[in-house]
Amino acid sequence: MNVVVCVKQIPDPADPGALDPSTKTLKRDGKLILDESDSYGVEMALQLVDAAGGGEVTLVSMAPNSEVGGLRTALAMGAAKAVLVSDDALKGSDALGTSKVLAKAIERAGAADLILTATESSDGYTGTVPEMVAELMGLPSVTFAKSITIDGGAAKVQRQTEAGYDDVECPLPAVVSVTAGVVEPRYPSFKGIMAAKSKPVDEVTVADLGIDAGAVGWAGGGQEIVEVAEAEAREAGTIVEDDGEGFQKVVDYLSELKVI
Amino acid sequence: MLQFTEEHQMFRQTVRDVVQKEIDPYAEDWERTGDFPAHDLFRRFGELGLLGLEYDERWGGGGADHVYTMIMGEEVGRCASLGVAMALSVQTDMATPSLHLYGSDELREKYLVPAVRGEMVTSIAVSEPDAGSDVAGLRTRAVRDGDEWVINGAKMWITNGTQADWICLLCRTSDEGGYRGMSQIVVPTDTPGFEVSRKLDKLGMRASDTAELVFTDMRVPVSNTIGEVGRGFQQQMTQFQNERMIAAYQMVGATELALERTVQYLKERQAFGAPLLANQSLQYELADLAADLDMMRHHNWAAVAKYERGEDITREATVAKLKAARLARRMADTAVQFHGGMGYVEENWPARFFRDTRLWSIGGGADEVMLRTLARMNGIIGD
Ligand SMILES: Cc1cc2nc3c(=O)[nH]c(=O)nc-3n(C[C@H](O)[C@H](O)[C@H](O)COP(=O)(O)OP(=O)(O)OC[C@H]3O[C@@H](n4cnc5c(N)ncnc54)[C@H](O)[C@@H]3O)c2cc1C
Ligand SMILES: Cc1cc2nc3c(=O)[nH]c(=O)nc-3n(C[C@H](O)[C@H](O)[C@H](O)COP(=O)(O)OP(=O)(O)OC[C@H]3O[C@@H](n4cnc5c(N)ncnc54)[C@H](O)[C@@H]3O)c2cc1C
Repeated sequence: MNVVVCVKQIPDPADPGALDPSTKTLKRDGKLILDESDSYGVEMALQLVDAAGGGEVTLVSMAPNSEVGGLRTALAMGAAKAVLVSDDALKGSDALGTSKVLAKAIERAGAADLILTATESSDGYTGTVPEMVAELMGLPSVTFAKSITIDGGAAKVQRQTEAGYDDVECPLPAVVSVTAGVVEPRYPSFKGIMAAKSKPVDEVTVADLGIDAGAVGWAGGGQEIVEVAEAEAREAGTIVEDDGEGFQKVVDYLSELKVI
Repeated sequence: MLQFTEEHQMFRQTVRDVVQKEIDPYAEDWERTGDFPAHDLFRRFGELGLLGLEYDERWGGGGADHVYTMIMGEEVGRCASLGVAMALSVQTDMATPSLHLYGSDELREKYLVPAVRGEMVTSIAVSEPDAGSDVAGLRTRAVRDGDEWVINGAKMWITNGTQADWICLLCRTSDEGGYRGMSQIVVPTDTPGFEVSRKLDKLGMRASDTAELVFTDMRVPVSNTIGEVGRGFQQQMTQFQNERMIAAYQMVGATELALERTVQYLKERQAFGAPLLANQSLQYELADLAADLDMMRHHNWAAVAKYERGEDITREATVAKLKAARLARRMADTAVQFHGGMGYVEENWPARFFRDTRLWSIGGGADEVMLRTLARMNGIIGD
């Protein structure tokens, strides 16, 4: 069983990001790391391949500056290889542009039985890429998976809903987006880290994938960022001085909110 | 200068994550109960290849360079329980290096492999009730009877002592006296005559179990001797270098985190109409600690580089152990002071940090023992 996992490499959320005033987009020139949201997909893929008793996990990522930092982490967890798309022509890509690139990169990765993504990335979080990739590849799309089992040529998915979950079944290959937190991603072990260094990363350009540079990046973008404004600062909370009756004010406030 | 590779950095992140998820959330509980589940925790570390980083792959090790050991020490030193950190370092850098370096293949197969996997918990047993700083004064004795040693005596202050599956015992195997005629012997703790006579109630490092052990006519095969019979003291002196360095690596991590946390607290704590950190006297004291931490780190790097070249690092390890312990203690005292009452109560980290760091000027060789070694190396001796 071969599983492809789309993994996004993002600026470290621990360092507050900044917008580039000229392009009005997130600065991505620093070191990028594996989006934590994607670590669940990687873990699930490793478990599925394990359960199937054979096959491998291949990573697919699109990122600027030949970035492999995040890929190495996922390779250290146990993925076998990666396809990285990095090309200046991709600057300014929107979610559709990204999806076109990922769809081609997934094809390049070789025949996959299953393609996993996160439900949404931690930095862009439009939550639209998985469905667009599925559409572009002509594959079924299942979203918000909390568990996946493979039964012959079909995937049985528990699809999270507000009330609980739906049981969904679809034929393979398919694109399934995995909800964050549903599995415990393994730590990269010492041996995994050492092995990751020598695992193959196939770095390709837009041209290598047979994509017209005009269809992606700023050129191909179906959207334009017109203006960026500061989010409104959070208002300071109300401080209740406790004069012995402070609890009453808290109770009144909570009843006003209909919390109690 | 040490060069950190991408693998080194990724490894640091792994250890940091493991510490934050597998130790920190439980530290409070373990501190309260006075022990921690060594077998469960070590197995977890073993699965990730963290217990035999530099050991030969033949014995389940990772064949890593010493930089990984330093990184692991620094990161484990950042954990919420320095007692657990110490227990881990006994397993990796105090009780097993001699076995790896000098042990027979059979002995390594039987005792090192499971220790590296975290399936066996280990202790180093050198100190005795009447011999701590003066190792030459130890009295525990093994007398040969055919293919067996018959061992009698007592050991004191033994970390992991109530949970260990085997101990690396240093004892007398001849009547030569002084530094002569000692041997290192692997003693399984299920040997009849092995007894944990007391679990010690300590000032700090409370999550780490420390035991007094008594041996009565304990019989172990002579083939359990590590390396050469009679070379135990010398082998232990080599093992002490690893012990002292890992303590110094941990104290760098511990001091680094304490400094970060103290700065953060002082930024938030308001007094006299401004954050406390607005006071230059506090800023400068912390900047001075940061400077000392830099120097400590660089000293360790120099030691690591020398160790990697296969050179003797007795001097570096001695300086590192002395200075790192003192730095951590100064950091701890400053953390308590700058937190005020909040630093003096059990519910906040500085109180525990204060108690725990105190150990490292005693354990692994007291400061004075380090100074004694240095004085001799520098020819600072009067007749
Ligand atoms: C203005 C702008 C400029 C951009 N500039 C660049 C650039 O210079 N270089 C560049 O490489 N990208 C660039 N991007 C692409 C962008 O970072 C996202 O990949 C894309 O917009 C997807 O949006 P999202 O994060 O909201 O995806 P979501 O739909 O929230 O993502 C869902 C899941 O899809 C997968 N996925 C999404 N993006 C990727 C990816 N890139 N690689 C692998 N898997 C992925 C992940 O599993 C992810 O969790 C730019 C985007 C915009 C809008
Ligand atoms: C929590 C803890 C864990 C430990 N774990 C282990 C373990 O796992 N295995 C093990 O074998 N041991 C262990 N020890 C023992 C430790 O190594 C000894 O406590 C240490 O070596 C000091 O020996 P001592 O306690 O007998 O002190 P003593 O030798 O009695 O010395 C007392 C003090 O005298 C001073 N002093 C000593 N020698 C000199 C000198 N030459 N010149 C001037 N001053 C001097 C020092 O200030 C010293 O602290 C542990 C100790 C503690 C507290």
